[in-house]
Amino acid sequence: MIEKKANQKAWFMVLPVFLVVAFSAIIPLMTVVNYSVQDTFGNNQFFWVGMDWFRDLLHSERFHDAFLRQVIFSAIILTIEIPLGIAIALAMPRKGWGVPVCLITMALPLLIPWNVVGTIWQIFGRVDIGLLGHTLTALGIDYNYTQDSVAAWITIIIMDVWHWTSLVVLLCYAGLCSIPDAYYQAAKIDGASRIAVFRYIQLPKMQRVLLIAVLLRFMDSFMIYTEPFVITGGGPGNSTTFMSIDLVKMAIGQFDLGPAAAMSLIYFLVILLLCWVFFTVMSNIGEESSKGGT
Amino acid sequence: MRWKWLIPTLYIVFLLLPIYWLLNMSLKTNAEILSVFSLWPENLTFDNYRVIFTDPSWYSGYINSMIYVSMNVVISVSCALPAAYAFSRYSFIGDKHLFFWLLTNRMAPPAVFALPFFQLYSSIGLFDTHIAVALAHCLFNIPLSVWILEGFMSGVPREIDETAFVDGYSWPHFFVKIFIPNIASGIGVTAFFCFMFSWVELLLARTLTAVNAKPISAIMTRTVSASGLDWGVLAAAGMLTILPGALVIWFVRNHIAKGFALGRV
Repeated sequence: MIEKKANQKAWFMVLPVFLVVAFSAIIPLMTVVNYSVQDTFGNNQFFWVGMDWFRDLLHSERFHDAFLRQVIFSAIILTIEIPLGIAIALAMPRKGWGVPVCLITMALPLLIPWNVVGTIWQIFGRVDIGLLGHTLTALGIDYNYTQDSVAAWITIIIMDVWHWTSLVVLLCYAGLCSIPDAYYQAAKIDGASRIAVFRYIQLPKMQRVLLIAVLLRFMDSFMIYTEPFVITGGGPGNSTTFMSIDLVKMAIGQFDLGPAAAMSLIYFLVILLLCWVFFTVMSNIGEESSKGGT
Repeated sequence: MRWKWLIPTLYIVFLLLPIYWLLNMSLKTNAEILSVFSLWPENLTFDNYRVIFTDPSWYSGYINSMIYVSMNVVISVSCALPAAYAFSRYSFIGDKHLFFWLLTNRMAPPAVFALPFFQLYSSIGLFDTHIAVALAHCLFNIPLSVWILEGFMSGVPREIDETAFVDGYSWPHFFVKIFIPNIASGIGVTAFFCFMFSWVELLLARTLTAVNAKPISAIMTRTVSASGLDWGVLAAAGMLTILPGALVIWFVRNHIAKGFALGRV
């Protein structure tokens, strides 16, 4: 790669982006920081409480539970969606009329508004009018996602698999398509088995997209809000109250600005840390492949 | 491997079943939905769709959503173009940090920003306008656009820039006349992803609107709680929100794989 030219005037080109994003990122973030260290009795009178909200929050059951649920949820989502996505991508046709059919139908769930996804599954899972709920009940399985927390979890997980596995499939498929035919021919000459081809050719070539898929799925499942909110509203009880749902309940439902702001900051810091790891690993891989490639 | 086609087929069936069920419900009367359980509508009716197309409180939602989504796509892509060029061609003080900071906004949970956005846009008098939602969605769409476009631009050989400057093109002239046509498909892919993420987002759009700019997805949640659950109309409204997405996919079907191949969603 050629070295990029040093040119400070490039800042002028970045300026519009910087201003727009700063307007909608820095100002709101400062508001949050402001609230997180103050308390109010209404009337716009605020007084300083320092780190109290953070201390309270980090010791509260409610926060621990929401955080734990969130981590378990993300872990389940990753263990199902990633292997499933790879398997489907491997089995997809490479040419012919099957390709556009697969691509279009698989991209479809990604473009449905998130609360409509929630509504679809809310209807689909209902015992009285939904296909899934009705069939399960007819088979004698006790299933009611509005009352049973296990059923609620299963519904939300299946919904997320339905909604997002396609992203993993499309990423992996794109990775697989970039492998030159010569690799497969060489493997054939060497008499490599199907598993060996997967282990030594396809998996290493998919490494980059897989990493992106894992991290994207992790972050988006970590921020999930709309779909469980529509399907279960965080219930039954608190069993599907994930971090975002809890946060919105606190901030807009109860208007507890201080604790909500403190929670926002902790939540944001967790994401920031993950994002940093993501960015570092990505740029390392990028450098390695450009060194190895040229 | 003779049965290989079975895996994608089963997956597609799994994907389409819930959507088919929604379509099925949208073509039934409410009485039929609640009384008989049938796999297809026995008394086919388009009344649910008629309700949506004749009642302004329903169809205005689609218009509002379309307005702020297209505003967002225009703002995001036009701001991101020069910035992506700067990131792909030059090094400058703080470039890596700036790029990382932009990326963190793509990863920021919208729930964190809901309340401060509400206060910010209320205080400057933009609450319940289309531009407020469009600007709020820029928070994650601009970083995304810069990221995707930077990938496409880095694929254009640098000799093109240098030749053009030697030929005496000014930078804006070169950018519009020569560079943009070179990355046209990249711009298409970027616009697709901006459309997608702005169209599917609900939390911010709902928080920032009340009446005049209320998006269709927020109108749907309102109706669920208010009018005693009119399942047929709800299903019809849901079906109509799927349509724009399906149309957009159809237009960019040849570029989707390429956009994903860059792995920069």
